[in-house]
Amino acid sequence: MAKSKVGKVLFGPIIDNNPIALQILGICSALAVTTSINVSIVMSLAVVAVLAFSSAAVSMIRNYIPSSIRIIVQMTVIASAVIVVDQILKAFAYETSKQLSVFVGLIITNCIVMGRAEGFAMKNGVWMSFLDGIGNGLGYGMVLLFVAFFRELLGNGTLFGFELMPLDRNGGWYNPNNLMLLPPSAFFIIGILIWVIRLNKPEQIEEA
Amino acid sequence: MPQRDTLAGTFTVAAVLCVVCSLAVSAAAVALRPLQEKNKVLDRQKNILDAAGLAMGEYGKPASELSGDQIEELYGWVSEKLVVLETGEYDSRDNPEKYDPREAAKKPDDSIAIVDPEFDIGEARREKVSRVYFVIKPGNDAIQQVVLPVYGKGLWSTLYGYLALKADLKTIQGLTFYEHAETPGLGGEVDNTRWKAQWVGNKLFDPEGKPAAMVAKGPAPDGSDYAVDGLSGATITCRGVTNLVRYWAGPNGYGPFLERLKDEISSTVTASNASDQDTSKQVSGRRPRGDAHSSSVEA
Repeated sequence: MAKSKVGKVLFGPIIDNNPIALQILGICSALAVTTSINVSIVMSLAVVAVLAFSSAAVSMIRNYIPSSIRIIVQMTVIASAVIVVDQILKAFAYETSKQLSVFVGLIITNCIVMGRAEGFAMKNGVWMSFLDGIGNGLGYGMVLLFVAFFRELLGNGTLFGFELMPLDRNGGWYNPNNLMLLPPSAFFIIGILIWVIRLNKPEQIEEA
Repeated sequence: MPQRDTLAGTFTVAAVLCVVCSLAVSAAAVALRPLQEKNKVLDRQKNILDAAGLAMGEYGKPASELSGDQIEELYGWVSEKLVVLETGEYDSRDNPEKYDPREAAKKPDDSIAIVDPEFDIGEARREKVSRVYFVIKPGNDAIQQVVLPVYGKGLWSTLYGYLALKADLKTIQGLTFYEHAETPGLGGEVDNTRWKAQWVGNKLFDPEGKPAAMVAKGPAPDGSDYAVDGLSGATITCRGVTNLVRYWAGPNGYGPFLERLKDEISSTVTASNASDQDTSKQVSGRRPRGDAHSSSVEA
């Protein structure tokens, strides 16, 4: 594989090659943790950290990994990174980690992480893989924030926890859309996002 | 270094990787354990302060917005004790702070089966010994509030919470849930502060002493001392809340303990009236002064 440029590796995954919007990876956690922006930010940071460090670590040992056990080796590295991140969250951001509950642990099964380890880190240098991890993490985080923005605003009338539209059940005027608080709403929002991106970038449309 | 695709190479890489990864993971777990434990304790303390309405009462905001020092100060008014639910006596084991009721509920030796309960909390077993909390504000001698941990099934999940009672042990001071996974916006509205505020001042027992507090279906009847408004779209969660409040208040829950505590409180009040000098020294004491009486009182 040709040497990739830093800018392309780091910023490419944010829109051009977004892991959720183009590669349709990691949808599961995007549904689960996007009811509020604050939680989404922490989740995104966790994924960025896991992606960056696991990709870097896999890349570092890529010349030693026997091909027969390479998937399980990647899995072990990723799982260790996830556990460390989970422990750090529990120690320094307890409230948020309670809200994220199992989903931090489930980063292990997030297809983005495996996908980048197998698809990029196994063939590229440590520094590039590290940047690729950060880039893909940011791309994932951007979609998370986009979804969380609408879900929190329309489902709770708040942004970042601040009340913008007082709810009718608390004496305000806004009748919240309860669907927005439930996971399926994220499907609609991600679907609309993908549609908007592909309207502007027709080259992303797959051949039927 | 053996060739990487040979059998020996594969095993070497696997072994080295396992050791390195497990070292990293255990280092993180061990190094961060004290902080995590502290967070856990702090979290529980905040929930108790919220249930007892102390954070709101003293600072006008929920405990989650208070600083660590403020929590520590407020929690200084709270003391804990283990209670044997069946008899209502205090439990006198070593290291009471190590006891975990939720763990105990899973162990056959430390729990009892819940068979055909009048109010079904949806659990098969409950712990034999529970941890209760007493609130004694500074400058007072008698217990002002008792905080009881309660739990029971809602629609999707078990709701874990605290039920705080005023000193008469019949009036509800507050009910909060600190852990549940009910539907946000529907059953999840058990967290709504406006809804929780309706519990304050409601009666837990009817005149016959049977647990009567409840979540109504629809709006609570006018002038009811027992009911709070039902949450729309959350019938099963509401039924769960009614059941868990009544179960834990009843004879299979904290009933015997509350009965015994009533005697204890009245005798404490009498005792403190009789010897004012003696009690003035104890103002800063955090523990409820029930130990001396507990053996002589028959529930």
